[in-house]
Amino acid sequence: MFEIFGIPSQALFGQLLLGLINGSFYALLSLGLAVIFGMLNIINFAHGAQYMLGAFVAFFLLQYLGINYWLALVISPIVVGLTGIVIERLFLQWLYKLDHLYGLLLTFGIALIIEGVFRNYFGSSGLPYRAPELLQGGQNLGFMFLPNYRAWVVVFSLVVCLTTWFVIERTKLGSYLRAATENPTLVRAFGINVPRMITLTYGFGVGLAALAGVMAAPIYNVSPQMGANLIIVVFAVVVIGGMGSIMGAIVTGFGLGVIEGLTKVFFPEASNTVIFIIMAIVLLIRPAGLFGRRA
Amino acid sequence: MATAELTFGAASKPAQSRSELIAFAVMVVFLIVAPAFLYPVFLMKALCFALFACAFNLLIGYVGLLSFGHALYFGWASYVSAHLAKVGTISLPYWVGSWKWLVIPLPPLSPELAILGGTLFAAFLGLIAGSLAIRRQGIYFAMITLALAQMMYFFAVQAPFTGGEDGIQAVPRGNLFGLISLADPIAMYFTVVVIFLAGFLMIYRIIHSPFGEVLKAIRENEQRAISLGYKTDRYKLAAFILSATFTGVAGATKAIVFQLASLTDVDWPMSGEVVLMTLVGGLGTVFGPVIGAFFVITLENYLTKIGQWVLVVQGTIFVACVLLFRRGIVGEIAHALRIRL
Repeated sequence: MFEIFGIPSQALFGQLLLGLINGSFYALLSLGLAVIFGMLNIINFAHGAQYMLGAFVAFFLLQYLGINYWLALVISPIVVGLTGIVIERLFLQWLYKLDHLYGLLLTFGIALIIEGVFRNYFGSSGLPYRAPELLQGGQNLGFMFLPNYRAWVVVFSLVVCLTTWFVIERTKLGSYLRAATENPTLVRAFGINVPRMITLTYGFGVGLAALAGVMAAPIYNVSPQMGANLIIVVFAVVVIGGMGSIMGAIVTGFGLGVIEGLTKVFFPEASNTVIFIIMAIVLLIRPAGLFGRRA
Repeated sequence: MATAELTFGAASKPAQSRSELIAFAVMVVFLIVAPAFLYPVFLMKALCFALFACAFNLLIGYVGLLSFGHALYFGWASYVSAHLAKVGTISLPYWVGSWKWLVIPLPPLSPELAILGGTLFAAFLGLIAGSLAIRRQGIYFAMITLALAQMMYFFAVQAPFTGGEDGIQAVPRGNLFGLISLADPIAMYFTVVVIFLAGFLMIYRIIHSPFGEVLKAIRENEQRAISLGYKTDRYKLAAFILSATFTGVAGATKAIVFQLASLTDVDWPMSGEVVLMTLVGGLGTVFGPVIGAFFVITLENYLTKIGQWVLVVQGTIFVACVLLFRRGIVGEIAHALRIRL
């Protein structure tokens, strides 16, 4: 055990790890928001509620069907993604020709509905969800104790983020997607079914949120409020990073998580607000965001 | 990407101020006779929210800016006003090597001064948040205002004078101008009516002034307004501060009426609620926010028994408004009758 800046290494690295974990959720969620915004021109206010939904689906699968974490990691995003597709077909598709703000208001309404239903049945107390057997316990690294599950969350979310980046920026499917973001009419003229692409994009973005929810379930308790407060922080992350760049969303997400973790060590009073303060500073210095293009 | 504008209730109708005058007269008569058959506390709550929604509508309805953080001004004005009315003494932290407190000793203030103090603080917050938020447009504007409001929510949780989860309770209503005791419900009610009508008329005046015309020009086409030589950022900031100020009046008054300032009023669901009221009543209509506020407050009164389902009902109204009637109640009526309201 040793000290850095008068802080025991255990505390410092512990908070740094927690910061990285929060950062992986920020990254996954802001990535989903950016992908959805790129295609649909809608800010998905229901993203937090869908993250919560992902955690609850994993909880239900384990509780009522005995389906374990690893399968939930696959099933829950698909299930929640399908509900996203239904929402897009039923509601969102009528809004594309209207002002962006209506999309925000509509998805806000959907978030209220989802949250209200779950609060009604599950109150505000959290439900525990055990980490899978394989990832119980941890490693003693000498300078800190590393719980296996937390290491897994950081690594896996990094893999998911980078895969998403690769698919969008480096594959043919991704190039269709980017082209449709730039000029949907022209892409349609080439015979590509853009409306279906939009629907699937929304489903995918929502699925990412649900995936983050499943990963969060063993760390935080599963509760109806878990998404509501997180989504506001993610909005700040998106304002800081700008939604123009996929890699930007990933880097900003992880970076801000780490900064938040360090703040918890050095100036705990500000740990709730530090991201918002950074947002204010970024707005003063670089109004378009760190990775944003000036509109 | 072609996107049509927000749908406003009566955007392009010619001036027909007669319909507005009649509606105003009906409203005043209603407010005078209402306490005879409706519970005054309910009416005062609805009026505070009506002014709140009118102030919010000034921004979304006439400049086209959606603020998702108006609870910030509402809640903080109510804290400041409650504190001034109950304690008075102001302690400000400052930094000289270590944190020190600058203490301004004040006696508990009379209600009009407490409301004024809360309002001024809201205006100050509006200046800061507004100058940050107008640096980005559209969707980002909404996210920034929401994030800033959430930041100040955390301050409200941590600051010593707000009383955390308890809030500031048992705020004395005091004597208006040192003369009229507001402990009397009817005196309190008519004070709130006067404050509401004054705020309503001032907002009406702002909307129909040359300044208001420039705001509408910015809403319709900001680039065009810029090319006509208007410094649109200044107009937007001024509108933002005005909106925050009137919101502050509403919040500060509410603290005196209910003798309470609490975290509920600074938290983000409150920001959502005022959006709902304005949307239901009709964006960009003069009377819409008032009708919307009465509608939502009445609804909540009847729905308190069903607990968390309130959220579901509110969410459903949001969805229905956005998909089916974007003009809102007053907007649809005005559209059907071809008048301005």
